[in-house]
Amino acid sequence: MGTSYSARTEHEFQDLSERTRFSIDQISNLNKRFKQLSNNKETLSREDLASLPDLDNNPIRLQIINAFFDKRNLGHNEVGIVQEICFEEFLMVLSHFQPTRTGTTEDNNEKLRQEKLRFLFNMHDTDGNGIITLDEYRQAVEELLSKAGTIEPETVKAIADAAMLEVASTTRGKMEPDEFYEGITFEHFLQMLKTLDIETTMHVRFLNLDTVNMRCGK
Amino acid sequence: MTLVCFLTTGLALLALPRGSLAEILQKPTAVTDLPSVHPAGDPMAFPGAEQSNLPVFAMNYTRIQVPFEITLWVLLASFAKIGFHIYHKVTFWVPESCLLISIGLMVGAIMHAVYEQPPAVLSYNIFFLYMLPPMVLESGYFMPTRPFFENIGTVLLFAVVGTLWNSIGVGVSLYAVCQIEALQVQDINLQENLLFASIISAVDPVAVLNVFEDVSVNEQLYIVVFGESLFSDAVTVVLYNMFTFIAGMPKVESVDVALGVARFFVVGLGGLVFGLVFGIVASFTTRFTSNVREIEPLFIFMYSYLAYLVAELFNISSIMAIVTCALTMKYYVEENVSQRSCTTIRHVIKMLGSIAETVIFFFLGVVTVTTEHEWNWGYILFTLLFAFLWRALGVLVLTQIINPFRTIPFNFKDQFILVYSGLRGAVTFALVFTLPDHIVRKKLFVTATICVIVFTVFIQGISIRPLLEFINVRRTNRNLKTINIEVHSRLMEHAVAGIEDLCGQWGHYYWKDKFMKVNNQFLRKILIKDNRAESSIVALYKKLELQNAMEILDTMSDSASVSPAIVSPHEEERRGSGKPNRRFVATDLRNMHDILSKNMYRIRQRSTAYTGKHSFPNDSRTKEILIRRHTTIRRSLRQGGFQGSGEAGYPKFFSLPTGQHLERAQGLRNRGNRPDETLSEVDYPSAHRSRIGQLSRSSSGAGLPLHRLDTLTEVSCSSIVDLIDERGGGRGRAGGRGKSRLNSSSSEPRVPAPRCRSDSPDGPGDRSAGGHGNRDTMPDEEEPLSQAVAGPEEPSDHGNSGTQNPLLRRPQWKPLKPKKP
Repeated sequence: MGTSYSARTEHEFQDLSERTRFSIDQISNLNKRFKQLSNNKETLSREDLASLPDLDNNPIRLQIINAFFDKRNLGHNEVGIVQEICFEEFLMVLSHFQPTRTGTTEDNNEKLRQEKLRFLFNMHDTDGNGIITLDEYRQAVEELLSKAGTIEPETVKAIADAAMLEVASTTRGKMEPDEFYEGITFEHFLQMLKTLDIETTMHVRFLNLDTVNMRCGK
Repeated sequence: MTLVCFLTTGLALLALPRGSLAEILQKPTAVTDLPSVHPAGDPMAFPGAEQSNLPVFAMNYTRIQVPFEITLWVLLASFAKIGFHIYHKVTFWVPESCLLISIGLMVGAIMHAVYEQPPAVLSYNIFFLYMLPPMVLESGYFMPTRPFFENIGTVLLFAVVGTLWNSIGVGVSLYAVCQIEALQVQDINLQENLLFASIISAVDPVAVLNVFEDVSVNEQLYIVVFGESLFSDAVTVVLYNMFTFIAGMPKVESVDVALGVARFFVVGLGGLVFGLVFGIVASFTTRFTSNVREIEPLFIFMYSYLAYLVAELFNISSIMAIVTCALTMKYYVEENVSQRSCTTIRHVIKMLGSIAETVIFFFLGVVTVTTEHEWNWGYILFTLLFAFLWRALGVLVLTQIINPFRTIPFNFKDQFILVYSGLRGAVTFALVFTLPDHIVRKKLFVTATICVIVFTVFIQGISIRPLLEFINVRRTNRNLKTINIEVHSRLMEHAVAGIEDLCGQWGHYYWKDKFMKVNNQFLRKILIKDNRAESSIVALYKKLELQNAMEILDTMSDSASVSPAIVSPHEEERRGSGKPNRRFVATDLRNMHDILSKNMYRIRQRSTAYTGKHSFPNDSRTKEILIRRHTTIRRSLRQGGFQGSGEAGYPKFFSLPTGQHLERAQGLRNRGNRPDETLSEVDYPSAHRSRIGQLSRSSSGAGLPLHRLDTLTEVSCSSIVDLIDERGGGRGRAGGRGKSRLNSSSSEPRVPAPRCRSDSPDGPGDRSAGGHGNRDTMPDEEEPLSQAVAGPEEPSDHGNSGTQNPLLRRPQWKPLKPKKP
């Protein structure tokens, strides 16, 4: 069985590699990790990720986990949440964190940038209506600051409010008094993060080395 | 005699005609004769017994000679600095160090012309004990911490391995060159070559860093060059001390080499440990300095210097010690000390550092002309060549090693800039100048070093800017930080850390996460007085708010005229139909608040001027601005839902300066009820007037006898808050920033229906200007909560009318009364 199995996976990996731009090495690495996370099952469930002790310190743990089960990030053009993801979907989510390829065109870079920002946007837009409302933004900031010690909840709200105001004032300009700003759309989101160097910050260097085993051996 | 040189140099700077030199020269020579008459160092300076009467005029130059000369040197160098900053274009294209060297050269030429020796400002001890520490402290303290730790591996690799590589490479190849007979330098042995090579491998790219900052080159490149310069100094000094020792030894055995390697690590790690210890002790000390603000900055300097000196005492790397100390304590100290102390610390460190450097560069120019040189062109040219070559090789090899581990690998452009930014500077010169005299070829070394420095500083320093523009190196956009950007970069940090965890990889963020955990759990609790972790987002938010507030206050003076007549009609309409006219009311109100707060401001400023000699004026003003701004936003956002919404007890004070939350809020609450208890309806206009008087005076200590002094300041603070608040809200509405409507979508669902009073025409919760005047006339028991929260606004609002036009406004409140429940 050994050879046929590995040939099959080889082929699969090749296939995945073309679709997700990961190298074969990286994919086999991530596959090992996936198996480890899912206890050798074909699919990964929310509980598998939630039980990961490494994530305990992460203030936006829930958002990260949610991102893995968000249909919008999985390539389906629909809103909603799935209960389990397979390896390919796992890779799809991770592929948002890939570095930019050197030598790509301006257009491609812009596309990648938009994809990354879309991922972030989806993280905030929990109800999936295409708008980040103030409540959603507050929620996000609150979670972000939840591990930062004793910060008054009011401060958190104020920051979210101020950030929202900032968006409103930069994107809308002058507003009529009866107008109200219902939330951040993706266009506004792009506009407000125009100066953010997302290509270099939202970036995980997926190692080619077999770190999973290195770590276990440690 | 040295006095002469100062006068001449001073003259040279002032560009006086040379003819006058000779006349001036007469005087100092006469002056310097004087000390022989009087016994030196005698403070009383009484003449000897042989002189019968009291001298009317006496001079004692030797007594003041040393500090006097140092002062003159520093002053002269500083004048030079002022001089070429007047014409800005010069410093844009030519680095400051070039100009300093040039001026030094000119001064040196003049001194040479009058056969003067330069004063012995620079000796081994002076350099290492007094000039190096401030220079290193400066770069250590101002090291951008986050990028440094993000690139710590690369920085250390370049600094430690790179410097070792350069020293050994250049040293060995120079030794090989020395074997060529034509050069006539066969007497330089390997140890001396290594010593020399280690000296000239200390890079000091201040000029390059300035250019980097100007063109905002990418952060990674900047920090690597910055960190490399800092730590290569440390490595160089260690090597320098080791090689001077070895160069003095008659015979070097292999054991000595092994010992040398061991010593290298002991010295480096020892410095690290000492620095950590002193940094932590310093942070711990500043926990308790809140009552002695005036000497607060002193602790920082003393502890850093102590770290340096103790490290010197044990012959371990003092640079490592002081840099680690600065890095360790910076974070904690800046949270403990007051804003002013923090500014003082930064300024003094900057000042001392730049003075030390200026003096050295200046001195380099002087020395170049005045001392005897040994021009061995072959050796010098080979030095230049090897210094550049080995650096290039080193960078190439080291980037190959480090690139696989870097998030953003260095490309060829980056590597080229890294090679090219290897300028040599002040430390190199000082090191070679203070070489012990038993090095036979010291003069040659000095000459060669000066050549290397002048070559790199002039040619590379000047050409780096056009070069950067030309090859178009990757740049970072580092202007304009907004809250959103900050929020999202933090968010991404965490996201990336989370993804790394998920993938079972552990990168930089993994360690950052772990460190933050330890930091928050233990270190902060011990070292910081007021242990409230402040996220960088919160910090940035506060900063922006402060900035914003300042701008408002600045623009305010223009719009100071208000016609009260406009106010009242709108108030009427406002009550009738609510929303439509809010805009106009708001603009007028804003103006009124502007006036009020402006006045308040002046008085506050005046009062702070009367503080004692030994204490700084308190910085409550900045805090106030913060409070006001925060409230502004809060209020305008949740206009309507504010007053009654039970979710927030005292929503105005959601982000008070640490530690004051409760007291202030409490004070506010008490006072909220008081005016209504103490003032009857009959006398309220006058009461309001007195009230506004009290408002403005309160910080000077006068006020209603009912309140204690501290409560009084509280009154003023909170009333200002409300004043500004409304103004800010109005500004939002009128200025079209959309503040007022922002919240509607989210606040309405949260607040229960009866509380959405902003829509009901004359509900008590109506937040705009005219609305809360009503509450004045209604009994406390009816709405204790709203009184408690919104109480202090009443005086302020009445204060408004009091100052504006009490007659116009009073009648409007009266008819309201029956409407009230």
